[in-house]
Amino acid sequence: MEQPNLSYIQSMSRGDQAFEQKILDIIKKEFPEEKKIYFNNLKKHDYKLTAENVHKLKHKISILGLEKSYAVAVAFENNLIEGNTSLHQEFESILNIITNYLQQL
Amino acid sequence: MNCIIIDDEATARAIISQLCSSLKSLQVLEEFSNAIQAIKFLNQNEIDLIFLDIHMPDFTGFDFIETLKNPPKIILTTSDANFAIQAFEYECIVDYLVKPIAPERFQKAIQKADSISNTKVVESSNSDKEVATSGNDLYVNIARRLIKINIPSIYLVEAKGVYILVKTEEKNYTVHSTLKKIEDKLPEDLFLKVHRSFIINIKKIIDIEDNSVLIKKDVIPVSRSNRPELMKRLNLL
Repeated sequence: MEQPNLSYIQSMSRGDQAFEQKILDIIKKEFPEEKKIYFNNLKKHDYKLTAENVHKLKHKISILGLEKSYAVAVAFENNLIEGNTSLHQEFESILNIITNYLQQL
Repeated sequence: MNCIIIDDEATARAIISQLCSSLKSLQVLEEFSNAIQAIKFLNQNEIDLIFLDIHMPDFTGFDFIETLKNPPKIILTTSDANFAIQAFEYECIVDYLVKPIAPERFQKAIQKADSISNTKVVESSNSDKEVATSGNDLYVNIARRLIKINIPSIYLVEAKGVYILVKTEEKNYTVHSTLKKIEDKLPEDLFLKVHRSFIINIKKIIDIEDNSVLIKKDVIPVSRSNRPELMKRLNLL
């Protein structure tokens, strides 16, 4: 499975390491919060709100260079709007990969 | 250009702010995590450009634009490419950036905003609003497809956060839009907003009680302020 990378963040920073650190700190703070809300809403079967959560999480997926995973997130968000949760395991694997990656930074 | 950033995601705000800092022509005056705070700021400050997220809880980017009498130039920033048609119904929207925003694409958007006269832009004309309607049909954007709905078959539209639920004789559709948007596209002689969250097709009413109407199997509340208009529209004996 593809792994996260910092290419996009580095293209933004133009060598500004303070900015890179700032973005990573924000992601490290926001990502677990958004993930928690996602799981809560999924558990409550509130798929409209879960779709909103996936929408927000998919931005971080793209920032971390996960192009294929981003496509999964887009499909999952659209499915959730229709009440279909079939991609949740695949999506949650992506969340796990990001969680592990952020812990190592 | 003085600008503000409105986005509920801190990561997105930080990235847009970084992109702005690379251009001398842009000064970020403030960042907001929700549109309500931004409205208060705009009441007291003149700005040239807003970077506006569409997907925000409670109050979407489009809801926000609807509140502005004389909107400044707006660049939409979103993770969703599905709103392009809706976005260009507003003349104030000068560009539409899909996240993650590439620096080169950002610069193009700023050049575009710069080239547009500083004269305040006003909302779209009626002809623009016909983009998504054609005769008896309404086209809605669902999962990147424009789906045709026969307007007379719609019996109820319900606001559901940042979505609307469109109920028709054949099928229900969940669409990312606002009640105001669809209200503008539905014929006034057939549809009436009876409550802040509901628009009904008055031809489909089965019966009316004091503060509610029955449409198909749905009991819909009627707000006190909308009841006189509803009663006026009915062919009362």
